[in-house]
Amino acid sequence: MIGIENIIFLIVAAIGIGLFIWQIRKIRKNVLMGRDTTLNDNPSERINKTLLVAFGQQKMFKRMLPAVLHLFLYVGFIVINVEVLEILIDGIFGTHRALGFVGELYSGLMALNEILAALVIIACVMFLWRRNVTKVPRLWNGVEMRAWPKIDANIILVTEIVLMLALFVFNIADMKRVLVAGGEVVGYYPVSLLFVNIFGEDPDQLYVIAKIGWWFHLVGILAFMNYLPSSKHFHIFMAFPNVYYSNLKPKGKFTTNPAITHEIKAMLDPGYQPPAPEMDAEGNPIIQRFGAKDVEDLSWKQLMDSYTCTECGRCTSVCPANITGKLLSPRKIVMDTRDRMEEKGEHPAIFVPNHYKEQGEERVEVTEEKTLLRGYITPEELWACTTCNACVESCPVNIDQLSVIMDLRRYLVLEESAAPASLNTMFTNIENNGAPWAFSPADRFNWADEIYVPSKN
Amino acid sequence: MEENKRLVKVPTMAEMAANGEEPEILFWVGCAGSFDDRYKRVTRAFVQILEHIGVKYAVLGTEESCTGEPAKRAGNEFLFQMQALTNIEVLNGYNVKKIVTACPHCFNTMKNEYPDLGGNYEVIHHSTFLQQLINEGKVRVKEGGSFKGRRITYHDSCYLGRANDIYEAPREVLAVLDADLVEMKRVRANGLCCGAGGAQMFKEPEPGKKDVNIERTEEALATLGTAGNSVIATACPFCMVMMNDGVKNKDQEENVQVFDIAELIAQAEGLTK
Repeated sequence: MIGIENIIFLIVAAIGIGLFIWQIRKIRKNVLMGRDTTLNDNPSERINKTLLVAFGQQKMFKRMLPAVLHLFLYVGFIVINVEVLEILIDGIFGTHRALGFVGELYSGLMALNEILAALVIIACVMFLWRRNVTKVPRLWNGVEMRAWPKIDANIILVTEIVLMLALFVFNIADMKRVLVAGGEVVGYYPVSLLFVNIFGEDPDQLYVIAKIGWWFHLVGILAFMNYLPSSKHFHIFMAFPNVYYSNLKPKGKFTTNPAITHEIKAMLDPGYQPPAPEMDAEGNPIIQRFGAKDVEDLSWKQLMDSYTCTECGRCTSVCPANITGKLLSPRKIVMDTRDRMEEKGEHPAIFVPNHYKEQGEERVEVTEEKTLLRGYITPEELWACTTCNACVESCPVNIDQLSVIMDLRRYLVLEESAAPASLNTMFTNIENNGAPWAFSPADRFNWADEIYVPSKN
Repeated sequence: MEENKRLVKVPTMAEMAANGEEPEILFWVGCAGSFDDRYKRVTRAFVQILEHIGVKYAVLGTEESCTGEPAKRAGNEFLFQMQALTNIEVLNGYNVKKIVTACPHCFNTMKNEYPDLGGNYEVIHHSTFLQQLINEGKVRVKEGGSFKGRRITYHDSCYLGRANDIYEAPREVLAVLDADLVEMKRVRANGLCCGAGGAQMFKEPEPGKKDVNIERTEEALATLGTAGNSVIATACPFCMVMMNDGVKNKDQEENVQVFDIAELIAQAEGLTK
């Protein structure tokens, strides 16, 4: 039976989904601001990696407690979507528990759903506790953990609890209403059964409560979905493509700039013909910066990384520079990239830019420049990196923080000659002596003087 | 006793080429191995092992030059490629196929970054090389040698470990010493950097609470305990400098020594006497 309620439902759902698509298009546009890079090789290895790291959450299990709690949320999110699908069907066609016809399977699914929903609430409460009461250092400390990232995390956790509660309200009131009417309950609801009597026995009241629960859950989900693009919680979508496109090469292999190779070869051999530069749409050669000054100098994968980051701080908590009190925080590098990208390009429904100056964060000595380098990320941070790859290794969704640090460093050195003086000395030594220290190349083989080994009889 | 010793003449690629010979392996010494007084001892220990097993090897001698690695990590891609292209010309000129080096930084850049520039070699780190020698029975430490029962903790080099997934080779090498191997809390993929990578070796650290090598040394010292006569084993020239400095800073030189795994094997084999 399709009535006015179903039409309202359709309109609400259409607005919610439409708004979401509009935001996704903006995000896509932002990511495509990045330089092109080809990451389509070895699809089977990529699929394996996606199954293990993204679907299987392999890297989460380096830390047991958050891994288990997060698993509740993750599995809960996936399974509860089945009930969301049913909500959509019921909403459009005016049916009641439209998937109930699958019988036993439906009962099992609804039971699993309820148990997971309860686990989601427990996990969210524990996560709130870890964030706000015990203040787990990686979730609390750091110059990048300003007001908004902390509020964002709490909004997500509270919303998830409220959504699950709404689901329970609907299940409880709906079940009781059917029972009061003497009907047969479709599905099995082990958690709601415990609270079956809390809303009284009045059929009209139960009907209204069930409706409120149902509508609240639905509108809640649509609102939540539209909040995601503005939030760190967007990782629930981005984790999968981001892992698929992750770096398959050894972590020690840094990118090589072929433009520089051509330049050097032309320098060494006057007969060398470098390939013609790429042209833009108007036929002008595209002159690329060496290294990265702003977001468009990074690759689309590096920009995608920043949309995948859920600000968990595992990278920062294992960073040797950060552990020993330096300003560098790999998480800040990724968050700054996202904020700068949204400032420069499109931004989602809710955009809270990350201006360290306005936040009174004096330790981060940013300038007024409207670029990622210096406007957000300072050379002090970049030079503190030991390139140890601990951040990359620790990231559960395979973000490559180090590649951004390296690209910004390259800009400082290649375009601005702005390396610390001691590094310039090292460069000069390599140029003149073929060694990073000031030793004469003639002495390079002196170590071989007077080596003895026991003679064999 | 002098009569039991033999002076080693380290062969160079130039000499070999002049005689129309090609060595089985090129030993890439690296800048630290050539110039750093402490790490020169590692180079010599490794040469003693090479001589002991009788493999046909050579070095580039004065023809060797920096791989460009520190320049690359510092962002100077131009200087890196200059060095790399020059080195590749030399290496290809000698038709080099297999390179062994005791420096994880040289190892990583030659193995992973030289191929893009036309340098394709089988590059192995000396930890893997030593592990192979042990597996093949070419190095046989007699009943653990002088390390029996001593406490040794191995510090993972980032450019061996996370960068190239080499965690077991150095540990398997140490295992033949019959020593008391103890692991730090942050090991293997979770290992803490010594603080020297990414060209930090050549500059002062940024302002902070402490130096990275102190943080790591504290962890190593806590792991080794107070037994004394114990060892921090490294497999990287930069790690060695950093850990040595850390031990000195903590006034623990009496109790803890820092050795490269090649030195430990050479000592245990009685090659250094």
